Amino acid sequence: MSIPEILFYAFAAVLVVAAIGVITARNPVHAALFLVFAFFNSAVLWLLMEAEFLAIVLALVYVGAVMVLFLFVVMMLDINVAQMRQGFTRYAPLGIVIALIVVAEIASVVWVRSLGDEELSAAAASADVVGYNNTRALGELLYSKYLYPFEVAAVILLLAIVAAIVLTMRRRAGMKQQDVARQVAVRARDRVRIVKMEAEKET
Amino acid sequence: MIPLESVLLLAGALFALSVAGIFLNRKNMIVLLMCIELMLLSVNFNFVAFARHLGDLNGQVFVFFIMTVAAAEAAIGLAILVVLFRKRNSINVEQMDVMKG
Repeated sequence: MSIPEILFYAFAAVLVVAAIGVITARNPVHAALFLVFAFFNSAVLWLLMEAEFLAIVLALVYVGAVMVLFLFVVMMLDINVAQMRQGFTRYAPLGIVIALIVVAEIASVVWVRSLGDEELSAAAASADVVGYNNTRALGELLYSKYLYPFEVAAVILLLAIVAAIVLTMRRRAGMKQQDVARQVAVRARDRVRIVKMEAEKET
Repeated sequence: MIPLESVLLLAGALFALSVAGIFLNRKNMIVLLMCIELMLLSVNFNFVAFARHLGDLNGQVFVFFIMTVAAAEAAIGLAILVVLFRKRNSINVEQMDVMKG
């Protein structure tokens, strides 16, 4: 076994343990932290699979933005953990059975149908060219062939921003806000009063 | 080189774990959202593995778009969750039955 393979299996094992931690953690904060751990391991695995740009994006976007949002919401909400745990063991057998069925299905697909490796590994070797830049190649594809979907993705993100703000914004009574129209309409003579007085003299 | 089969099996195991997580934590909506994120991650693993295996970058572009949509989904989902918690003071899935006739 080569070193990348050993690294792959080691990080894959840690990833599976982290995923088990996500679904069994008692506290939602712990689940979120396990998920952060899983994302970091996935980023390492994607680096091993030569998806460097996506690995960095995973670490920056998921760990840096999405999981921080999750943690923020978890800590903002006052959740009764004990009440949430009721019925955990009741559905555990069903969940385990379904998980095993899914694993068996995927394993059968992977092993029964052998993928033609001979002609495919030749194409995969193209990434070993000297001076190959994953980010550059991805960018060239994204800004030429996938330009229109890329713009749609930007619109989706804008939509998410607007939707999240509209959903969570609320007007509270007694909150101090600025009134822009009144600020613009203000005149100097309303604010500054010129007082006539005698000059002070030193005695 | 990492064999394709082990990556696919890892992705399948991750997906199965997140499906099991949806069954285990069927009351806590935050953990349900986390399980959905984990599912999307496992799907992305398949795309990355096949992009590597076939030497075709289009798979990685798809991962990029999936991550965009997943980030939007997480933001809107959490916003809905916050509004729900304000209205009903609970995020228990079983208590969300106001539309039941």
